[in-house]
Amino acid sequence: MIVEKINKSLPGLIEDQIWFRDELQIYVKKELFISFMKHLRYNEDFKFDLLLDVAGIDRFSIKPRFELVYILYSLEYNMRLIVKLKVDISDIVPSMTIFWKSANWPEREVYDLLGIKFSNHPDLRRILTWDNFEGHPLRKDFPLQGPDFNEKFNPDSIKVY
Amino acid sequence: MAESKTTILNMGPHHPATHGVLRLVLELDGETIVKATPHIGHLHRGIEKIAENKNYHQIIPLTDRLDYTAASLNNLGYCMTVEKLIGVEVPKKAQYIRVIMSELARIMGHHLWLGSHALDIGAMTLIFYTFRDREMIMNINEELSGYRLTPSFLRFGGLAKDITPDFIKYVRDFVKWFPKAVDGYNSLLTDNIIWRKRTMGIGTISAEEALNYGMTGPSLRGSGIGYDIRKVLPYCSYDDFDFVVPIGDKGDVYDRYLVRMEEFKQSLHIIDQAIENLPEGPVKSDNPWVSNPEINEVSEDISALIRRFKIQSEGAKAPVGEVYHSVEGSKGELGFYLVGDGTAQPFRMKIRPPCFMLTSALPRLLEGHMLSDAISIIGSIDIVLGEIDR
Repeated sequence: MIVEKINKSLPGLIEDQIWFRDELQIYVKKELFISFMKHLRYNEDFKFDLLLDVAGIDRFSIKPRFELVYILYSLEYNMRLIVKLKVDISDIVPSMTIFWKSANWPEREVYDLLGIKFSNHPDLRRILTWDNFEGHPLRKDFPLQGPDFNEKFNPDSIKVY
Repeated sequence: MAESKTTILNMGPHHPATHGVLRLVLELDGETIVKATPHIGHLHRGIEKIAENKNYHQIIPLTDRLDYTAASLNNLGYCMTVEKLIGVEVPKKAQYIRVIMSELARIMGHHLWLGSHALDIGAMTLIFYTFRDREMIMNINEELSGYRLTPSFLRFGGLAKDITPDFIKYVRDFVKWFPKAVDGYNSLLTDNIIWRKRTMGIGTISAEEALNYGMTGPSLRGSGIGYDIRKVLPYCSYDDFDFVVPIGDKGDVYDRYLVRMEEFKQSLHIIDQAIENLPEGPVKSDNPWVSNPEINEVSEDISALIRRFKIQSEGAKAPVGEVYHSVEGSKGELGFYLVGDGTAQPFRMKIRPPCFMLTSALPRLLEGHMLSDAISIIGSIDIVLGEIDR
């Protein structure tokens, strides 16, 4: 139903669609992402006025490597929509803060934990980890243990003054 | 050289009125806040990363530690997401007990909010009363699950075990007692002239702006939008119960206070209906892939033994697919986004904590207010840092 609506008003934007457990997930083409989201936000037929969350997924072995998940909700039509965008490691994604202010912190979190950069973001800093933290913890290649984890404890290494 | 007129003041992370470890950097012009910058992450435990390396079942106790003031609600949100991913039906009796547990948890969360919010503003008496009544709910939790604050009582497809007759008695006692207690809270605050002067017209936010900032739960309803997932997208047989969603109109601290005070009564009303109409039947789903066979069955039947061993050692396996499910937490919409990859461990778990968005709206709420009002605004949006930092 909603797919037909989108195809009617904006033909050719949906790359792929998945129905899983009665929920619709749509993949959007990267070039037309901003105009698509603007349409969802302001068009009378959709009015997705609540951006619930932005999640990033690291697919690691697949190219493009990352996937961004935008969870939208429309109060007027009482429906939820999951919009997905495939992103590669060097891509810079347009920030959605121009349409929803609630995109601000989730995008910072995606930048912090997965290392995806956003353009036109008002305040793109690390949020959960500290400013000079190295690496992005939610990437699949982030080490689970520190470099000295397996080293044997050497009592001589402790200096007694 | 021009002298700067503003002062930078650091508030937190160990300030008692920041409800945990929130750090605010405030730019002050005299006593008025010009700009506020929240810094979070002091309680970051990496629950999302830990979850990727545990099986689905082992994550349940981790979710308790998100919003530790209302732990059962987090269990419910997580377990329902996994059930949606695997495709498990939950028996009616288990659903009703889940409703009772989550509404009790909501009352617990509101208790802590009311006590500490009033304490921050200066009404010290309230916290003694709210903690007295919170103790009753903790006793109910203990009777049911053995744990007082973090029950972890929910399992995929139902509950860990059946309820006891004492549980029903305790809940009935609580339902009988609690309206009097709420009247007591109301008589201390609602018409109190100091309370009204400290809260009315403070931290006002319009409905559109609140939506734009992604605020949900009582903080959004205080601005006049009745967005409650229990009503708009009912889950866990919430559509069986009769309750109203209270909304405010001005969207200030006082309205958010009134909305939560009304939610006490509505939650109690739901508990009352659920405990009186409790259906008979099992509390566990009969899906062989997620629910353990009973121990007496194991000693007689080899296939039950194998099944129990498989479930205990490997855990429940989820299919390839991605689901989002959310429940109405005590602070707002608590959502989980799970990516299953065919194994017993989630490929990715994303938590959508309500307080995260509420805190991101703090700079807007605090702007232009006095420093002392910052305390009441932080209290009114009811944040828990365990959930924000995950």
